[in-house]
Amino acid sequence: MSNSEDHDHDHDHDHDHDHDHTALPSELELRVKALESLLIEKGLVNPETLNEIIDTYEHRVGPRNGAQVVAKAWTSAEFRQALLTDATDAVASLGFMGRQGEHLKVVANSDDVHNLVVCTLCSCYPWTVLGLPPAWYKSAPYRSRAVSEPRAVLAEFGTHLADTTRVQVWDSTAELRYLVLPQRPAGTEGWSEAQLAELVTRNAMIGVEVVNPPETNEVRG
Amino acid sequence: MIGAHDLGGKQGFGRVLSARNLDAIASDSPEPLFHAEWERRAFALTLATGMLGQWNIDESRHARENQEPQRYLDNSYYETWLVGLQKLLYAKGLLEPEELESLPFAASVDIATNRSIQRHDRSTIEPPTPAKAAELLARGGPTSLPDFRQPKYAVGAKVQVLPMTHAGHTRAPQYVHGATGIIYAINGVHIYPDANAHRRDEDTIVGEILYTVSFARVALFPSYASYAASGGEVSEDKRVRGSVTTTDASTIDKGDIKECNQDRVFVDLWEPYLTHD
Repeated sequence: MSNSEDHDHDHDHDHDHDHDHTALPSELELRVKALESLLIEKGLVNPETLNEIIDTYEHRVGPRNGAQVVAKAWTSAEFRQALLTDATDAVASLGFMGRQGEHLKVVANSDDVHNLVVCTLCSCYPWTVLGLPPAWYKSAPYRSRAVSEPRAVLAEFGTHLADTTRVQVWDSTAELRYLVLPQRPAGTEGWSEAQLAELVTRNAMIGVEVVNPPETNEVRG
Repeated sequence: MIGAHDLGGKQGFGRVLSARNLDAIASDSPEPLFHAEWERRAFALTLATGMLGQWNIDESRHARENQEPQRYLDNSYYETWLVGLQKLLYAKGLLEPEELESLPFAASVDIATNRSIQRHDRSTIEPPTPAKAAELLARGGPTSLPDFRQPKYAVGAKVQVLPMTHAGHTRAPQYVHGATGIIYAINGVHIYPDANAHRRDEDTIVGEILYTVSFARVALFPSYASYAASGGEVSEDKRVRGSVTTTDASTIDKGDIKECNQDRVFVDLWEPYLTHD
């Protein structure tokens, strides 16, 4: 059977398509190029707009936004409270708003609770704070297993929780978009927001990892 | 529809982090957003044409998920986006069948499935400028509606998810059909996808109360090995289930990882999906 892990472009398995699979990426390249030309020619797409869209998600909207949100919540009890009450508003106060972030929810980890986000039906993800999702987040293994065996999935990411910590999985089936607020690691007392933001990983904000304490011998400027 | 896209709880897909995804383990080594130039272009074309306002997000999701299951599972992520885009361009009358057929490798798209979607007059369509596009991306498209009707269920109420009663688009995943959960939050009225994905121009937008419903993971997926976080002793019943799971060919080597009875799964569900338990 097909192995979905290979899916993004390693089409090395047998199936019923009528073309040679090793050539698939270039077929797609040609088809998309032809479609783009056709849409431009028909006046349905402005080519400059395509570049604007790509630039937005490649350079301006990404997980550093979310890291900034998390670092602020770690240093300001007031902001943390605002974030947990109305995440859309609180995140907008930092200038992050827009598509796939219209209705944000922030779920906070604690010693007792660990949160994990998935979209089992497609690939819903909080773009305004995390950018576009990584390939594994959109993959069949993650989408199928995150709800049924979350601890086995977490273990694959090297995350092992205490037996007493409850896992809460959030399946983004509507337009609410979930961001995990990880626990602030020990050894970061007195750190600035900017220093803390550097520790926050995309994976921790999806919930497949925790934020690790800094290397003890690392000199922080 | 209960299609191949409805993946929650399905088995046999293997590890999340396959060899080609290993770079994703190290959060500090950013995975490329796009793995080929065509993915980048397909993404941008999808967003740019979406801004023409000819279809909504639910129609767009339905165009992607409404594929033959084997094809859905076989397609890469952006291949499915491309399938959806081409179907919508055809179904809304923005591209003629012969135009789509003139593209190279046309056989890879099945456009027949969406012929029921209403066609539009395209004479008034104006593609957004880069500045307009930036504004649209920054504004987004909220789905909440200014409707303050009384929710049928209170926070804490026990509810049951109804079985699917139609073959169209839905956002109630199969793994909660028939399951009992507890209302965790009431999120106001949001556009109802089951109606919106099939809405014609003359139809009004339907909104329904959107709840976040909390389910016990072990009740949804009793076949996974589990322990009771509070108790210590695993019951005989759970041991049996655990042994069944480990001999299941569809499971993978998970070492000694056990799932916990106390874990919860939260799903956002609209009022028509629910009934009193």
